[in-house]
Amino acid sequence: MSRAFSLRTRVGRGALAAYAAAGFIFLFTPIAFIVAFSFNKPKGKFNIIWQEFTLDNWRNPLADEALTEALWTSLRIAALSTVIATILGSMIAISLSRYTFRGSSTYNFLLVLPLTTPEIVLGSSLATLFLGQTIVEFGFTTIVIAHVMFQVSFVALTVRARIRGYDWTLEQAAQDLGASPFMTFRKVTLPLILPGIMAAALLAFALSIDDFIITFFNAGSTMTFPLQIFGASRVSISPQINVLATSILLLTVTILAVGTVTGARRRARHGIEA
Amino acid sequence: MATAVVERVRSADRSSGEKGGLALLILVGVCLLAIGAGWLPDGLDFLLLVVIGLALVGLIMAAVLGGPDLRRALAPYGLLKPGSMWLALFYLAPLWTLLRNSLSAKETRFDVQAKFSWEFSNYGTAFSDFGPQFGRAFLYAGAATALTILIGYPVAYFIAFRGGRWRNILLGLVVVPFFTSYLIRTIAWSSILADSGPAVSVIEKLRLDGILEGIGIMDDGRLINTASAVVFGLTYNFLPFMILPIYVSLEKVDTRLMDAAQDLYSSASRAFRKVVLPLSIPGVFAGTLLTFIPAAGDFVNAQFLGNPNTTMIGNSIQDQFLRQNNYPVASAMAFVLMAIITILVLIYSKFFGTEDLA
Repeated sequence: MSRAFSLRTRVGRGALAAYAAAGFIFLFTPIAFIVAFSFNKPKGKFNIIWQEFTLDNWRNPLADEALTEALWTSLRIAALSTVIATILGSMIAISLSRYTFRGSSTYNFLLVLPLTTPEIVLGSSLATLFLGQTIVEFGFTTIVIAHVMFQVSFVALTVRARIRGYDWTLEQAAQDLGASPFMTFRKVTLPLILPGIMAAALLAFALSIDDFIITFFNAGSTMTFPLQIFGASRVSISPQINVLATSILLLTVTILAVGTVTGARRRARHGIEA
Repeated sequence: MATAVVERVRSADRSSGEKGGLALLILVGVCLLAIGAGWLPDGLDFLLLVVIGLALVGLIMAAVLGGPDLRRALAPYGLLKPGSMWLALFYLAPLWTLLRNSLSAKETRFDVQAKFSWEFSNYGTAFSDFGPQFGRAFLYAGAATALTILIGYPVAYFIAFRGGRWRNILLGLVVVPFFTSYLIRTIAWSSILADSGPAVSVIEKLRLDGILEGIGIMDDGRLINTASAVVFGLTYNFLPFMILPIYVSLEKVDTRLMDAAQDLYSSASRAFRKVVLPLSIPGVFAGTLLTFIPAAGDFVNAQFLGNPNTTMIGNSIQDQFLRQNNYPVASAMAFVLMAIITILVLIYSKFFGTEDLA
């Protein structure tokens, strides 16, 4: 086998690599554009045509007060809804993966339903529920309720996928050795399922921050980050949008990279296969 | 003998616990659904909430006082309960209020609440006034789904089989663009595709504008505000939802199967068609659902990249609901959209379905 691959195979492989590279360029074109335009000095109110390079926007990333306020609101909503959804969703996941019980397959189906419903239907139907009552007004509370609603399914399915191979007899072993149920949960169950729960929480947080359509229907006059961008996009697109978007991107990529690297190190140290 | 009796009592205890737990779960779900949907007169729903509260206390008491078997039998339902209550009240009940709204009429334009009156004409209006929007929604979503398969499949294939040790990093790169806001990305495309933007000038430099015009992608030298721009935006925004599930199913393919096929004198392309492609169908199936469903309900791409003649049903629902405050017709459209998508998904899964979707 002096020539491992025929010419035809090599051409095919090269073509595939080129195609994949083009795919990645496609994915990153608008990202490059967003980052580049955070260094633009726009003429007028729309930061969409390249004028000249400047660092001014990065000197005061919070210059757009309404946008900063909206980002802050989004972060609070995401934090609260993620905590609620992670607790509810993880409980569902533990219940479904640990026990087999009557109705569990029907329940599985129910859980997938919200994910196969278009966002616009979820948003508008929830709005009709809120329209018909006088207990809560459209605003912060209704947005949190809406976000938890779609996050719960995501969390439950993500956590369940992560803890599928988990050996529940370890709990019995702990209890046989005299641990109380609470102690068992804290020392055995939680450490094992925590990585899955953290991953699900991160996903839920990201979904909440970025949700536009469902929020749009249930926000009242409250402005989240996407809503503020949407509302302002008709009158102005400030470069601070690009600065904040770039910062969020860098932050999440850094968190993920650090998480992956330390996770891999820890696994390597403990000699566990990834 | 005695142990058998004890065993029997235990299992009876357990199965009655299971039945009780399940019954309570269903009951609570139905009650919350009823409260949310407004089936009950005002006083009764408060009473029901008290009853649900007491039932939960009773469940906890039963679990604490009962034996370990009963506790074990009740545990799964106890864990499910809070999340299920949320979904019953804020997912299922809204679907009911949506249906109810779609059969209501507003007496004057300025009423907040529409009155329920079996108003089937809302559905007539939805079809007669917004038929083209329905058509475009499914056409654009279908075209975008086909494009994401064309672009996404080779990329997923490359990552799965040629990624080597870069696999995880490449996979991460697929997701990274999605850490910037959906809206910001779409606005970025609108400036890239703009009349004096980079895309048009590159096309003009390469003298491709004639060809693109010929096959209907460009219109009068413009990219922005065309139907193709909307499809393009949808394709971009949902591409990772196609790449990731295809990757997951390709990753499971045993590469030795391909070697085996080639050892048996199958050509590379035939090995792909007969071995790899069938094994990756579940991924394509999941990706199609994850792309088509949100794309059909989207209005952001049509808003930023389209023109008034390329609006999709999402734009109409949004406009009727939030701007015209015409809740009944908006609800009818949302309901029809959901019904059509459900039917399409059922037909589709009949032909391509796999059990391990979730």
